[in-house]
Amino acid sequence: MKEDFKKRTVISPDGKPIEIDPVKDYFSDAKPKVYKPAHPVIEKFANWARANSLWVLGFGTGCGAIEMRPLMTPRFDAYRYGIQWRPTPRQSSVFVISGYLSVKTLKRVVRTYEQMQNPKFVIALGSCTINGGMYWDSYNTINRLDHYLPVDVYVAGCMPRPESLLTGFEELKKIIKEGRGEGANKYAENFDWYKANQKKIIKDWDMPDYNW
Amino acid sequence: MKDIIDRIKTKYTISEVVEQRKNLSFVTVSKEQAISIITFLRDIEGFKHLVLLTAADWIENDKFQLTYLLNNPTEKIDLGVRVFISRENASMESAHHLWEQVATYQRELKEMFGIDFPDSPGVDKPFILEGWEDIPPYRRDFDTKQYSEDTYFPRPGRESNDPAEYMKKKLYPNE
Repeated sequence: MKEDFKKRTVISPDGKPIEIDPVKDYFSDAKPKVYKPAHPVIEKFANWARANSLWVLGFGTGCGAIEMRPLMTPRFDAYRYGIQWRPTPRQSSVFVISGYLSVKTLKRVVRTYEQMQNPKFVIALGSCTINGGMYWDSYNTINRLDHYLPVDVYVAGCMPRPESLLTGFEELKKIIKEGRGEGANKYAENFDWYKANQKKIIKDWDMPDYNW
Repeated sequence: MKDIIDRIKTKYTISEVVEQRKNLSFVTVSKEQAISIITFLRDIEGFKHLVLLTAADWIENDKFQLTYLLNNPTEKIDLGVRVFISRENASMESAHHLWEQVATYQRELKEMFGIDFPDSPGVDKPFILEGWEDIPPYRRDFDTKQYSEDTYFPRPGRESNDPAEYMKKKLYPNE
């Protein structure tokens, strides 16, 4: 556990010592909940709306992030499909895992994913997220992303071109419109399994278990 | 280049000289004299720039090889100083007092090879691997494939069939 997260006594502005426990005081330790879908008509409308405004988190985890730059600039211009990039996880609904994930990055990815609001979707880009790709025998990169996060769409390739990523977004739209984009609920249902897998890999777990 | 090596030889002992190119040579020196020679090269001979510090694992000889690659920007020549250290309890004198950035190289070597540099600032802090528990991964006796298979949930390969066998079974199931 990091020094910042340890229980300690501090002097408050009025001169009294108070005990603080950062993990409990600053973060939620409640498990995520499964959200039941609303009335079918409302849900269908909501899904239509969600599918047409995909906000992508601007977090490039691996080499695939280079494909997102041409996608957001005029050459491929993903904005015409209602896809735009956001700077913070609180505003975004799509997480593009772009390529390989080292253990160090996975820790940040898990934390970021949990900070995103429901409903949230994951696009796994490149072969590395499927079976490890060219880093399949590396000591430091994970092999299968779906053991740590629920994945909605895989885009295979090394690296996939921006066109493939656009197709992936179109596929994701289809999935959301059909009401199958239930990644966040799947994560909540199998929370213990996902956590166990994450903790098996991330040896120095120095953050709260669920930290949004 | 030759005169520089000759000048080192008057003061120190050099066990091997390899001339790679006209402007690049490597000298092998002992562990005790290494830092002293590097200081001499920096202060007297004008090798002001440290290009890199790296290590190689000679597991057959039970040795680690450290290479300090130095550059002389005015003469435009490079000189590599090679040091062989024992693989067991590997440790080397720190050179961070010569160049500050050496501390970062040394931190990396400590993590990846397990070579200790006592008194180097922050040498025990994790560099890239966070919470690594196995033997250092760049050592050649570390089996990276085995580690990956044990740790990272490898995806089983696709099922495939030998076409001849498959068709035989399908067309002549009774034979």
